[in-house]
Amino acid sequence: MGAVTRGRAPAWLVLLAGSLYFFIPLLGTFEFSLRYLRGKYSLEAYRIVLADPRFGATVTYSAILAVATIVMGVVLVVPTAYWIRLRLPRLRPVVEFITLLPLVIPAIVIVFGYLRIYNSTSVLPLTGSEHTTDLLLMFGYVTLALPYMYRAVDTGLRAINVHTLTEAAQSLGGGWSTILLRVILPNVRTAVLSGAFLTFAIVIGEFTMASLLDRPAFGPYLQLIGANRAYEPAALAIISFAITWACMGLLQIFVRGTPGQMAGTH
Amino acid sequence: MAYLELQGLQKSFGDVMALRGVDLSVARGEFLTLLGPSGCGKTTALRIVAGFESPDGGRVMLDGHDITTVTPSRRDMGMVFQAYSLFPNMTAEQNVEFGLRIRRRPSAERARRVGELFDLIGLPDARKRYPHQLSGGQQQRLALARALAIEPRVLLLDEPLSALDARVRVQLREEIRRIQTNLGITTLYVTHDQEEAMSISDRVVVMSRGRIEQIGSPADIYGSPTTPFVAEFVGTINWFEAQVLDGGEGAVDYSGTRLRVDAVRGRAPGQRVVVVVRPEVLELERSNGEQRPTGAISGRVISHSFLGAVTRLKISVEEGAALIADVGSVRAGAFPIGAQVVARFAPDAARVLNLPPG
Repeated sequence: MGAVTRGRAPAWLVLLAGSLYFFIPLLGTFEFSLRYLRGKYSLEAYRIVLADPRFGATVTYSAILAVATIVMGVVLVVPTAYWIRLRLPRLRPVVEFITLLPLVIPAIVIVFGYLRIYNSTSVLPLTGSEHTTDLLLMFGYVTLALPYMYRAVDTGLRAINVHTLTEAAQSLGGGWSTILLRVILPNVRTAVLSGAFLTFAIVIGEFTMASLLDRPAFGPYLQLIGANRAYEPAALAIISFAITWACMGLLQIFVRGTPGQMAGTH
Repeated sequence: MAYLELQGLQKSFGDVMALRGVDLSVARGEFLTLLGPSGCGKTTALRIVAGFESPDGGRVMLDGHDITTVTPSRRDMGMVFQAYSLFPNMTAEQNVEFGLRIRRRPSAERARRVGELFDLIGLPDARKRYPHQLSGGQQQRLALARALAIEPRVLLLDEPLSALDARVRVQLREEIRRIQTNLGITTLYVTHDQEEAMSISDRVVVMSRGRIEQIGSPADIYGSPTTPFVAEFVGTINWFEAQVLDGGEGAVDYSGTRLRVDAVRGRAPGQRVVVVVRPEVLELERSNGEQRPTGAISGRVISHSFLGAVTRLKISVEEGAALIADVGSVRAGAFPIGAQVVARFAPDAARVLNLPPG
């Protein structure tokens, strides 16, 4: 028994070191965010941030854009990854390479490319109005989230027998839309949710694209407050963490106790 | 009249010819099995019938209509797969209902049909369970119910029992046959297991390297193989080359021994043939090994394999060849390893094949 305990000690030490690495800065930030009033801890910085109408507006804007990005990402990625697995496995390395490009091409390069191609004098002037710029920003976010969404969905598809499920549904009379919506998508729901929440986290904090396209997103608001205030940025950082963790919590709630992906495959 | 017809089907995958001109007719209500080793083309043929593969040449006709280019979803063919193919996100009931929902059948009809099918497969209590809560055998029963729910024109089964353990396999194949007989549904079954094929089929199609070797009833395939491949693939077989001595009486020469074989009647003397004898038709006697026996093959017992009711003896004969003989296990002790024996067979118990070319 003692030997077993001693054998686990290094693992516990690594876990402890990792936890300290993550939590000490977070605790420091939290502690700092409480010092708005001299000589005592208070939630004043949080009150000011939450009272600022720009906070609600930018969070709402980014959340709506995140949902739109997720929908667009799912519509784009699920059929693509499914088709690659089903019919075009030879193209998989190519598609994987393409989906990895946003990780190596900086967002600023992508957005400058967009501005050149879609400016108000171009054939497709997406930057010509606020709504079309929002659309452009959403497409940009889809690109940024592509590596995470594609990998999540592809991993989910790997866990199910795509070929057999497809053929079973076909033999029962299912068309492609039925197969995708009623057979494939429900069985990769966990994977899609993982990709969706990663996308949400990326979009909520994204600064470069939103700033250069001059849209009222949460990322530029964070930067603005960070550049001009002392305690509110710390409060905002904690709120951002809370939003992200809430997303992760939602993921757990959605996934828990539902039949499907892993449990049903053999 | 044929209900399902495969006419000159050809299919290749790259350099590999999977089907080299397959012609086949299946009567309405018939249970026909495609039997053969891996890579013989049986699954490819089934998948072409299902519509999952397109032939390079040839046609698939169903009830007089060419369905070669019809998509799988419009063929009305129920299929049971080798791999577990139930939809993991749906309950057993929802799985069975799936095809009926696609066909927009009224809910009352769906409920009645699903109830009937759960009774038919003997799983009335499993309706609300998910696939992962069912055993392998139950999952395949459910897959069968799901395929039958749409009242398919043809039922296709692609090695549906291969992932199951031996006891469940035997039980389930009997159930499949019972259900097929009750419903009278035209069925195309694929397997590499000869025992499975023999036990449930009206007719068996033995395939090898993309071609049909023989089509016939299980008794024909076993008792009267027409090619060396069928003779060797289906059951255990003894086969040896011999020369026709007398085509009138029916006699051959095998290594200097005259053997009576009715099947060579009408053949020209001097013709070389392959004589095929099943192990169970060989009759053994002890011998002193000194005299060359008349009308029998002599040899020495070199091994015993206990198979339950029978024991399989391997007998070394002249020229380094060996014979396999099955004797009742209660008699096997009379032929210990090392014993000299003679093996006889009735003249009408042997079959004769032409020597394969080359």
